Amino acid sequence: MEKRNARRTREIVVPGDVLGDSEEYRTGENAYESDGKIRALMMGLKTYTGDAVGVIPMGGCYMPVTGDTVIGIITDVGPSNWMLDINAPYPAPLHVSEVPWKVEFGDTSRFLTVGDVVLLKVLMVDEAKKISVTMKDSGLRKIEGGQLIEIAHSKISRVIGKSGSMIQMLKNMTDCRIFVGQNGRIWIDGDDENVEVAAEAVRIIEAEARSANLTDRVREYIEKKLPQSEGGDDEEESE
Amino acid sequence: MSGHTDMVLVNDEGIRIDGRRVDEKRPIRIEAGVLKNADGSCYLEIGKNKVLCAVYGPRECRPRHLQDPTKAIIQCKYNMQAYSVNDRKRPGTDRRSVEISKLIAEALSSVVQLELYPRASIDVYVEILQANAGTRCAGLTAASVALADAGIPMRDVVPAIACGKADGNVLLDLNKEEDNYGQADVPLAIVPSTDEIVLLQMDGNMTREEFEHGLDMAFKAAHEVNEIQKDALRRRYTEISKKEGDSDE
Repeated sequence: MEKRNARRTREIVVPGDVLGDSEEYRTGENAYESDGKIRALMMGLKTYTGDAVGVIPMGGCYMPVTGDTVIGIITDVGPSNWMLDINAPYPAPLHVSEVPWKVEFGDTSRFLTVGDVVLLKVLMVDEAKKISVTMKDSGLRKIEGGQLIEIAHSKISRVIGKSGSMIQMLKNMTDCRIFVGQNGRIWIDGDDENVEVAAEAVRIIEAEARSANLTDRVREYIEKKLPQSEGGDDEEESE
Repeated sequence: MSGHTDMVLVNDEGIRIDGRRVDEKRPIRIEAGVLKNADGSCYLEIGKNKVLCAVYGPRECRPRHLQDPTKAIIQCKYNMQAYSVNDRKRPGTDRRSVEISKLIAEALSSVVQLELYPRASIDVYVEILQANAGTRCAGLTAASVALADAGIPMRDVVPAIACGKADGNVLLDLNKEEDNYGQADVPLAIVPSTDEIVLLQMDGNMTREEFEHGLDMAFKAAHEVNEIQKDALRRRYTEISKKEGDSDE
């Protein structure tokens, strides 16, 4: 956190802006090389990673990556698979062989129906961007109860915080069960009042994602709303 | 291009009816991110033209038969509002709007990284709220800002501007009178980083020298328009961070 603040504020670039010389740097993420110059492909913040220069996007749609944990909503049921909306440009099929239950052919709707929300893992994305997802991993299941909120997927890293500091604080202080999907969906479950506070805290994180000392400000906010909650990064480990 | 008029479009001092010089464009105002429900949006005014543009996607392409398994497609819809012109414009798609939609989609296709999103579709909606000549340029200028605002990867932000000829003078950025009673209208859109041309049409007649002179003016003006576009995009994000600074809710 501190280290990031110490760095000078990062420059906002828009598509076509020159990021650097291709002799000096490698082409990083969301950048392209033309005529010896590295240029931005997206609007975002110019960043150097190693000897590469690239752009951290400030928006755009979620593109699934193998291994991402996401929250999906069932949109269609077939005889041997379910179709899920995972906030990507493409629907994600979930095959019966990828669920933890023994499902007879044509019996899919007994287990999951349209509108159900499930925790998933992205199994594979091929070059045609065909997605396959699985529920066969520890912690993956159908979600019941709680609240589902959606934020920009580019802000998810701030909700998690450095090595999970933000999310750990949220869980400890509000005593909620929270699950963060890489696709921008967040599921919160707990006491009604606590869920409200946690959801509002996430909204604050989304709105102020680019400002400094966010963890402290969010902690202050929760302390104000929930005076009984203990000071954060200690005690009980919830899920 | 069609009618005749006794109006003096360009006077002896080289001043046009709206007070501009021959190589002067109309004042431009661009604002990005004006619509909350769209993935990206832009409002643009150039002179008396008012354009609103919204971008959705990349999202699953519907109808399915338009899908391309190797890349995304851009579907553009250019629409003029019934109240956008003096006499009422009959609402709905017509030959002209189909042409302009195709034009804008093709111009944008050459900068957007479509291969990143196979089978998807990027939908661009251009609404002309008020028209005063040059709406295809205004629409394309707005559409590329809206695309960048939507976070879609693209090589550059495309600016567009027209040049033309009226009263025997080569002019930049024709207004309605100059377009209606002039001799030529040449809309141009470029990729500023490489100076590639992504849109060029000519309606009317010009000599080769006039055409080249007009194009030179338009190229220079397009680069200026591009700066305004980029400024609008940057402003959108500095405004957000300013808001973050002073409020806690």
